[in-house]
Amino acid sequence: MKFKVLLSFLVAAALAAAASAKSITLLNVSYDPTRELYVDFNAAFAKYWKAKTGDDVTIKQSHGGSGAQARAINDGLQADVATLALAADVDALFNVGKLVPQDWQKRLPNNSAPYTSTIVFLVRKGNPKGIKDWDDLVKPGVTIVTPNPKTSGGARWNYLAAWGYALKKYGSDDKAKEFIAKLYKNVPVLDSGARGSTTTFVQREIGDVAISWENEAFLALKEYGADKFAIVVPSLSILAEPTVSVVDKVVKKKGTEEVAKAYLDYLYSDEGQEIAARNFYRPRNAAVQAKYAKVFPQLELITIDEAFGGWAKAQKTHFADGGVFDQIYLK
Amino acid sequence: MASVVSRRSVLPGFGLSLGFTLVYLSLIVLIPLSAAFIKTAGMSWADFVTTVSAPRVVASYKITFGISLLAALVNAFFGGIVAWVLVRYTFPGRRMVDALVDLPFALPTAVAGIALCALYARNGWVGHWLDPLWAGGVARLAAWVPWIDWAGWLGPKLAYDRPGIFLALTFIGLPFVVRTLQPVLAELEPELEEAAATLGANRWQTMTRVIFPELLPALITGFALAFARAIGEYGSVVFIAGNQPLHSEITPLLIITKLEQYDYRGATAIAVVMLVASFVLLLLINLLQKWSRRYYRL
Repeated sequence: MKFKVLLSFLVAAALAAAASAKSITLLNVSYDPTRELYVDFNAAFAKYWKAKTGDDVTIKQSHGGSGAQARAINDGLQADVATLALAADVDALFNVGKLVPQDWQKRLPNNSAPYTSTIVFLVRKGNPKGIKDWDDLVKPGVTIVTPNPKTSGGARWNYLAAWGYALKKYGSDDKAKEFIAKLYKNVPVLDSGARGSTTTFVQREIGDVAISWENEAFLALKEYGADKFAIVVPSLSILAEPTVSVVDKVVKKKGTEEVAKAYLDYLYSDEGQEIAARNFYRPRNAAVQAKYAKVFPQLELITIDEAFGGWAKAQKTHFADGGVFDQIYLK
Repeated sequence: MASVVSRRSVLPGFGLSLGFTLVYLSLIVLIPLSAAFIKTAGMSWADFVTTVSAPRVVASYKITFGISLLAALVNAFFGGIVAWVLVRYTFPGRRMVDALVDLPFALPTAVAGIALCALYARNGWVGHWLDPLWAGGVARLAAWVPWIDWAGWLGPKLAYDRPGIFLALTFIGLPFVVRTLQPVLAELEPELEEAAATLGANRWQTMTRVIFPELLPALITGFALAFARAIGEYGSVVFIAGNQPLHSEITPLLIITKLEQYDYRGATAIAVVMLVASFVLLLLINLLQKWSRRYYRL
């Protein structure tokens, strides 16, 4: 008897909760170095959404290697939104699982990349090897730490930035390949992910320079002390565009489409841009950019679309099996 | 033929327990493994061969199987000594040491990898004197015997090189040897050695002719377990290997690399090669064990 009463109470309570103030849970599946960014952003968005609609929204975060996260979503992880390191990984959500439409990247402004970053150098205190630009990396005796571009989505940007520089300076694909081969000859440790590389450089004290995302480099300075390391900005680098998308199939099933879309739109708002900038991602918004101009120095930035004809092509030429990255080791 | 089938075992419950065994093994082992084969079957034979015989992949087989074998051999020897000491002697803190042996079982392998790395890297506690020593040793070998590529074979560094892989694989394999040897050693009656002594055997003869043959089957089992475990190890190795293509990339890393590029078939193709190779090797080791039992127990 008691049990039945309790049960009916529970059912009634559940129904009541569903009927009145909605409490929504979103899952944001992201990659490793956005953890701090989304902790800040989720709090801001929850507040904004509560004020706007009266609904409580809780955002759960999942972080891991960008490719592994995309695979998890394809394999059934119920992500409402995917905020990954490169467009290729969101493309995989279309190619493998058909979870997003083919033209997902056109749905939001700026290639669906609300914040950007670039590739810079992290060097040791006083820059003892005098590293100023990409050319200094291929000098004999300089050791470089960078993750394996085949296992780390983020590290593909590192490789492409170096390639873009060499292509511009030396003028031909063959010369660029030579340059890249020399560069990776100076890499004694190819970690499988970006955080692993940072650990190798910072804690194991291996390497004269780490090629790193700008936001990761800033985090390393913040974490381990600006007196131990310095950031060197090369003359040319690549515009790294971490892309975001609603996962259509999941939000349609869960009925969270509206809030998931609003969540991503909010990344483009003044507050969202400000939060990105505070977490060392370059904002898109001109006003916020101007405010943080001192943090993010100007440099020549190439884009993946102009210089490489998009991710699919870059992936095939450089990182597929037998691609350029494999060739430089097999020579 | 009919008589063989109809002959019933005296022990009841054979049908039921065999049924359980088969269902359990299927769910836990056979079905997941066959998934790898089924996925690979979608590839053409030519694609399969190209994938599994690419130079980087072939180099990784040599590294994985070679270093695993070496690590298992070293574990068989030193693990044997550890088991001997733990069973045969009583000393203060023996229980502690005994418990320590199990740690590699329990520790997350990534932690093991990072810990070993912190220890053996050039700025680590052990590495800051052992690493230069190793580098010097390799350089001296290269000077004496210049026609062998010592730095290429041995690796000029401890951490972030081949020796690092060896250290990680030795670490995770140790408990397998110790734990398989211990019960056998404990069962071994001291009377056997006393009898050998009264019959005029010296210590060396007692060791090699009486004790060792008794231990050999267990030693081979422990060796096989450590070897099998090392072949599949990923977590600890990637942190300490340096992961240089053709030089210190292990096969499981290449499987992850393929997955990272959404090349599921390529990944399972390599996995199938590893599975088949491991199965054949384990089968051979099992036969060896059987042979050793027969050879010594005439």
